[in-house]
Amino acid sequence: MQFPKYFNFWHKLGMHSLRLTAWAVLAFLMLPILVIIPLSFNVEPYFSFTEGMLAFDPDAYSLKWYAEIINDDKWILAIKNSFLIGAAATVIATVLGTLAAIGLSRADMPLQRMIMAILLSPMIVPLIITAAGMYFFYTQLGLAGTYMGVIIAHAALGTPFVIITVNAALSGFDYSLVRASLGMGASPSYTFFKVIMPLIRPGVISGSLFAFITSFDEVVVILFLAGPEQRTIPRQMFSGLREQINPTILAVAVLLVVVSALLLLTIEYLRARGERIRTGQVS
Amino acid sequence: MSQAELTAAPTAASFNEDSEVHSGLTPEEMRQSKRNQRRRKLIATAFVIPLIFFVLIAFIAPIGTMLYRSVYHPTVAQLIPETLQALQSWDEASDNIPDAATISLFAKELHYLAKERRSGKLAEEINRGMPGSSSVIKSSARKLKKLDEATLANEGAERLLAAKKQWQEVKIWRTMKSSGEIFTDSFYLTATDLTRNEQGEIVARDTNIYIKLFAKSLKIALLITFLTAVIGFPLAYYLATAPAKVANTLMVFVLLPFWTSLLVRTTAWIAILQTNGVINDFLITLHIINEPIEMLYTQFSTVIAMTHILLPFMILPLYSVMKGIDPSYFRAALSLGAKPLSAFSRIYFPMTLPGLSAGALLVFIISIGYYITPALVGGTDGQMISNIIAFHMQSSNNWELAAALGSILLILITLLYWIYDRLVGVSNIKLG
Repeated sequence: MQFPKYFNFWHKLGMHSLRLTAWAVLAFLMLPILVIIPLSFNVEPYFSFTEGMLAFDPDAYSLKWYAEIINDDKWILAIKNSFLIGAAATVIATVLGTLAAIGLSRADMPLQRMIMAILLSPMIVPLIITAAGMYFFYTQLGLAGTYMGVIIAHAALGTPFVIITVNAALSGFDYSLVRASLGMGASPSYTFFKVIMPLIRPGVISGSLFAFITSFDEVVVILFLAGPEQRTIPRQMFSGLREQINPTILAVAVLLVVVSALLLLTIEYLRARGERIRTGQVS
Repeated sequence: MSQAELTAAPTAASFNEDSEVHSGLTPEEMRQSKRNQRRRKLIATAFVIPLIFFVLIAFIAPIGTMLYRSVYHPTVAQLIPETLQALQSWDEASDNIPDAATISLFAKELHYLAKERRSGKLAEEINRGMPGSSSVIKSSARKLKKLDEATLANEGAERLLAAKKQWQEVKIWRTMKSSGEIFTDSFYLTATDLTRNEQGEIVARDTNIYIKLFAKSLKIALLITFLTAVIGFPLAYYLATAPAKVANTLMVFVLLPFWTSLLVRTTAWIAILQTNGVINDFLITLHIINEPIEMLYTQFSTVIAMTHILLPFMILPLYSVMKGIDPSYFRAALSLGAKPLSAFSRIYFPMTLPGLSAGALLVFIISIGYYITPALVGGTDGQMISNIIAFHMQSSNNWELAAALGSILLILITLLYWIYDRLVGVSNIKLG
């Protein structure tokens, strides 16, 4: 590590301990996630390392918990549900959220701040309150225990994330491009799809990924609103963790870590791309 | 996307020259400009309307229903409507029990409820207002159930009074009358450990469960906020001052946990903290301890798991603020002879306060209403207010009390959210 000339011993010690602390915190963040990966290959039905695992004995490792996921109808249904509900909620949240973000970014929007606060509130209100309220209200509408009900609920929870990301993408948006397009005779819808959309696309896509992961990860609303038919992966994990702990859950957890890593990579790629677009370096 | 929304896209007219009102304009031009302004407002609004409508139906209305549920309690009124009607004319402040006609009406309704197997529900409801009355109602219902219609009509009142001596007392009738009110503040009183005494005055309850629970939740949330700030600050500082390449790589270690499912991280903590989990095994192998330590299902496990889960919410705003601080201020202070500690506390730290307050408010707001992690790792000691709301929703079926507790929590959150909006601005929330 390079230090300025005026640093004495104590300054350097301070900087070293700062670096050490930072690495310790990074370890605290990462280790719990990393530790479940080897445990999910444990041949024994425990949540701890066996002596064989520590000795790297191949017999101590197995794929049987992964096989158990595939052979269990409940898990298969949960996986299907998670993707189905997530995809449908994402579409609704993305369309409505993108439009709203465009409207809210205009200086002409009346009551901008208040409307923004209301539209972002699903992200802040504790899920237990949202879930309890939805249970009362959706039951009256006959939506409790239906796919429709769960999808609507998850879409509502996902919209704030779309608004935030699209809003960020619009922060550097130059409205004279819209004026130019319209002035040259393009129709409003042509302008929307050919001028506005390409420029805010990274924001829209990362917003939709956030909306998807919100639904994919959500369990409290599902607990209250969904019937057995709408069981999702987190719901299945939750009951598994409450009733009998079994390493199949660890295997599912590892698969979910892989999904998150893929989503993270996509988002980071989009962010870099968005940055290039804003700074005008896109080819 | 529907056609209506598409046509609401910006039109040529709406993007005409900015209509600043110049003093030299003719009245016609002024009108034109006002019209344009109105039109642009309408167009901007038209984009937002679909979502406002959707959020209103899908989210705001449910929250409203919950608020309504906390004061609306029709259950008893639906079970014994005629008795309650008759009780209207009875003066509950007097020391006399209601007249025979009223009591006989109640006997008739209780007989009916017993036949329908719904007397248990009534017993449960009245018992909330008067502990111990459940058995009185249940056993009386069993006795009345056997009577035939004729006996019931003639001597219903006597049979009921004979069934249990408590019917001779005013207290149970008072409780029935007050439980029968359709709109009531009694659940808010319960939620704040208050009650009404026989004179109708609001007094403290002997047991204070809920105030304690709110206080505990606040304490846990504060502790988590403090912990995330203390361990998040050095990391954010390190990331913000490291070379861009290193920082970007290390940022993945913050973002991956942020993106990883909440349940995955909670599962990981269960695996780590269990009696025969990773930490205990490790410590026993090293002969540091002989007996495994009980860590899971305690308040400690709630705090450590939630600190882990919420840490990125602290680091990300801190990092983005620190990124914007020019390092030359700090260097200037040092080269002018300030000691590093005072340069840090007087120059650098004050500049990080916007990020710190944003992160702290965010972590505090999220943790105060947390449900899943305490439910899975908290045991009885590590439960928070959300868990008791869930308990009253799912197990004790006291929905009104759940709604009242939820409303109090909601008020608290709304207040914090409002402060957050004032200080940080809700539209400045950063994701990743």
